[in-house]
Amino acid sequence: MAAIVATYGRIRDQLRDYQQLAGQFFSGPGIFLLFLGLGLWALIGRTDAFVIGVVTGSVLALGAIGLTLLYGVLKFAHFAHGDSMMLAAYLAFFALTGVVVGERTDTELLPWTLSDLPAATKPILGLSFGYGLLIAMAIAGVIMAVLFVVLDRLVYRPLRRRGSGIVIFAIASLGIAIAMRSLMLIFWSSFGRFYVPGIRPTTDLPFGIRILTDQIFIFWSALVLAPLIYLILFRTRLGKAMRAMADNPDLALVSGINTDRIVIWTWVIGGALVGIAGVMLALQAQLKPELGFVLLLPLFASTILGGIGSPQGAFVGAMVIGITEEVAVTLGFLSPGYKFSVAFVILILMLFLRPRGLFGAKT
Amino acid sequence: MTTVLEASELVSGYGEVEILHGVSLRLGEGEIVAIIGPNGAGKSTFMKAVFGLLKVKSGTVHLAGEDVTGAGPERIVRKGMGYVPQSENVFPSLTIQENLEMGAFIRRNGLHQRLNEVYELFPDLALRPQLRAGKLSGGQRQMLALARALMLDPKVLLLDEPTASLAPKMVEDIFTTVRNINQNGVAILIVEQNAKEALSICQRAYVLASGYNRLEGTGPELLASEEVGKLYLGA
Amino acid sequence: MKLPTALSGASLKGRLKGERLITPVTVLVITAAVVLMPAERSNWDANGVISFLTFFATFVAIYAIFTLGLNVQWGYTGVFNFGVMAFFLVGANAAAIITKGPANTEYVRYVGGFGDRLAFLPFLDSDQWLPFLFGIAGAAVFAGVLAFLLSIPALRLREDYLAIATIGIAELLRRVTIEERGLVNGTRGLTGIPRPLGELVSTANYKYVMLAIAVATLVLVYLAIEWGIRSPWGRVLRALREDELTTAASGKNVFAFKSQGFVVGAMIMGIGGAIYAYANGAVSPDTFTHFFGTFIFWAMLMVGGSGNNKGAILGAYVVWGFWTITLQLQGYTSEHPGPLGFALPDAVQSRIFFIRDFLLGTLIVVVLLLRPQGLVPEERRVSIWVERHAKRVRAVPPAPDEQAASSSD
Repeated sequence: MAAIVATYGRIRDQLRDYQQLAGQFFSGPGIFLLFLGLGLWALIGRTDAFVIGVVTGSVLALGAIGLTLLYGVLKFAHFAHGDSMMLAAYLAFFALTGVVVGERTDTELLPWTLSDLPAATKPILGLSFGYGLLIAMAIAGVIMAVLFVVLDRLVYRPLRRRGSGIVIFAIASLGIAIAMRSLMLIFWSSFGRFYVPGIRPTTDLPFGIRILTDQIFIFWSALVLAPLIYLILFRTRLGKAMRAMADNPDLALVSGINTDRIVIWTWVIGGALVGIAGVMLALQAQLKPELGFVLLLPLFASTILGGIGSPQGAFVGAMVIGITEEVAVTLGFLSPGYKFSVAFVILILMLFLRPRGLFGAKT
Repeated sequence: MTTVLEASELVSGYGEVEILHGVSLRLGEGEIVAIIGPNGAGKSTFMKAVFGLLKVKSGTVHLAGEDVTGAGPERIVRKGMGYVPQSENVFPSLTIQENLEMGAFIRRNGLHQRLNEVYELFPDLALRPQLRAGKLSGGQRQMLALARALMLDPKVLLLDEPTASLAPKMVEDIFTTVRNINQNGVAILIVEQNAKEALSICQRAYVLASGYNRLEGTGPELLASEEVGKLYLGA
Repeated sequence: MKLPTALSGASLKGRLKGERLITPVTVLVITAAVVLMPAERSNWDANGVISFLTFFATFVAIYAIFTLGLNVQWGYTGVFNFGVMAFFLVGANAAAIITKGPANTEYVRYVGGFGDRLAFLPFLDSDQWLPFLFGIAGAAVFAGVLAFLLSIPALRLREDYLAIATIGIAELLRRVTIEERGLVNGTRGLTGIPRPLGELVSTANYKYVMLAIAVATLVLVYLAIEWGIRSPWGRVLRALREDELTTAASGKNVFAFKSQGFVVGAMIMGIGGAIYAYANGAVSPDTFTHFFGTFIFWAMLMVGGSGNNKGAILGAYVVWGFWTITLQLQGYTSEHPGPLGFALPDAVQSRIFFIRDFLLGTLIVVVLLLRPQGLVPEERRVSIWVERHAKRVRAVPPAPDEQAASSSD
């Protein structure tokens, strides 16, 4: 018995040594080189999976940027993020079509919807949707921003005031996530919907790859939004205050910063991001209530991989996760069902090799 | 000399635990006043209560004649009181310049000019304003913390153990800077573990113990006092 | 430096006068509903009601076992396990493959299947109870080993990272059972799990036997935990929960204790899974979702009172009661109205499950906000915040003159 315990102890120490070594390698540029190398291999060797991965990554990036903001500034693992995205998608759907599930089938609840605007559904720029969806997305963003602030006032702020630990916040946000998911099921039931039914236009890329034009739109949105959030965080007064709060909320208070207002603004920006991310998610995949929670793990993986609090990290992390998910499945020994588990594996590796993530601050 | 800060019979603590049982103090315009005392005497607690970080159960705090008891940091900072915590007193991931900007967050105009004024007082900081504060040494951080608190041109500055865990050379520098700041018209209330140094820099000092006022006097008086010598100066 | 902002201290002073009534009233309401609703709906058929209540109580007991296991992990050891589903899944599947006979059709594939070979004692109808004991043991062992393997890397993670990691592991395990079809029959899962003591009683009376088994297991688990907590080992565990630094400083191997607590809790969950498999007769990947396999037990623990074994059981009763009541409510349609013509509008009736989930999610948030200590608060409870700070600050000092007198020595 004692021998077993001793061996166990020795194995553990040995693992710890390896971990230290690996940590040193990964602390420096090692990890960037590793990802770059793997990325290049994937780009050349598995191009179609790579491209799909970039699209998946774009959707994840839009979500992860919001998540990393909330996590960094409010120190809060927002377990309701995935379901919030899906809720936003449904709100946009409702604004566009006014459809909810009635007694037995769909009914139109609103006398007037966005699609009644002239040419609102006429596809623009070769995409599948018209400007109506964009307006719907804006409305969804506004509603989510308001909802987030309300939830903060009602739930999170009282918990903060009480000095609740991370655990309480996690459970509370999970409860809210479940409530959101149930609402979506109540109003729209669980079958998959689309903003635009039917076949969607495609674009041909070099190397014989064909993707939906919508997916190019999603990619560009992520590419534009990440630097935008970066600019907000690093070039505006509000952004600097948010970073200050992420560093040291007590000191921010002492400096005279109205921390309460910064919190509200953080939720507002988070809500807006969730609105956009949700619509993109539904555009890329479909509108389905369960999809929100399924996305939670890859979202957290992207955020932690990129470094909590860093929007550029969230973008890169999301790309890594997206590409790895798609490529891993093509490797032959993994069946497609394991796709999301790949994100989990990467997350675990990161937590042990380089917990601060790619762009996180060295503690 | 006009009184710029007056605390009267302050009773405060953390939640249900009472630490201060009625502490009084007066700070005159342009003065440096030190608070010394043994560990756990309530020195830091007193400062936090004055600044509005703790609930004041009874007693008052007046800043330039105005009642600011329990007002809360945002209001008090506007009224002209600054506070430098003992540790974790800079934003490590922000640059030096950004730290200072945060100090002046509530002031929207005249930022540029104020920055220049503060940089003049702290030439070291002006050398590399884009350096991340987390990369500064302990002494430099304290300087930055002081500078941050000065950004709003306060009448009163509360310093909580500014020389704690600093090397002797840095302690000298800090005290020189404190005197400089004072010369520029800022009244300073300083809590110090390092009683000897604090007494040599201040005009007057209060000795606190167990949440009560124990002694009061001028710097030289207390330095010479036998009681203080035995209890606090390790004579 | 932690600057405490103006806190009022989370004291237990009841703000409402009726606060002490909340627990008994809740229990009363749930009990009344659980008894009266099926009674009314079956037109006061005593047999029907008793049958219903038996099934109800059986599952309350089973879920209470899970909640007790979670309490050991969280309430006593302080490990934030958001992947309860993993141990539930492992325990239930282990018990199933141990007690079932070998897989002998091409449509149903799984490993194990020792059921027929385990009844080796030639007396006392050993095929009726021996394999099932093996099943329970196997479930506990598998769950325990899983927890042990996880504890090596996982317990050093920060709480929120641990939560995410445990969610991920649970999902991964579920994926494995679905993808590796030869393991536990993939998405179709395992059916026809034999019933302990099943052939000793008539089918009509079996439910009472199952209830007895479930309750007996619950009682044994409860007693074991209560004993464990009062043992020297348990005392270290509790000290660790209160103040990890001091406990470590007094030489205790913090990690070892945390690991042990985690493993013990997991084994209990495994046992719960085994009994669930026996009671349900079937397990499939659909049974194990994050909501049903993890969140619901956290709900039970939070509602009942975390850190508290009686609370865990009560929480299971209240939450499962609530769950069952909504199922009952579903029966009140416009075609079959209830008392006083009570009927759910069709729109509500068809979505009652989603409404139930919504209410459960909201209930947890409400409980966290308004009654975080749960229905059965821990006996000695000072605001944790005050407790921690009071340790750092000296107690109320002697009067100043006494101070001078003592210090002049």
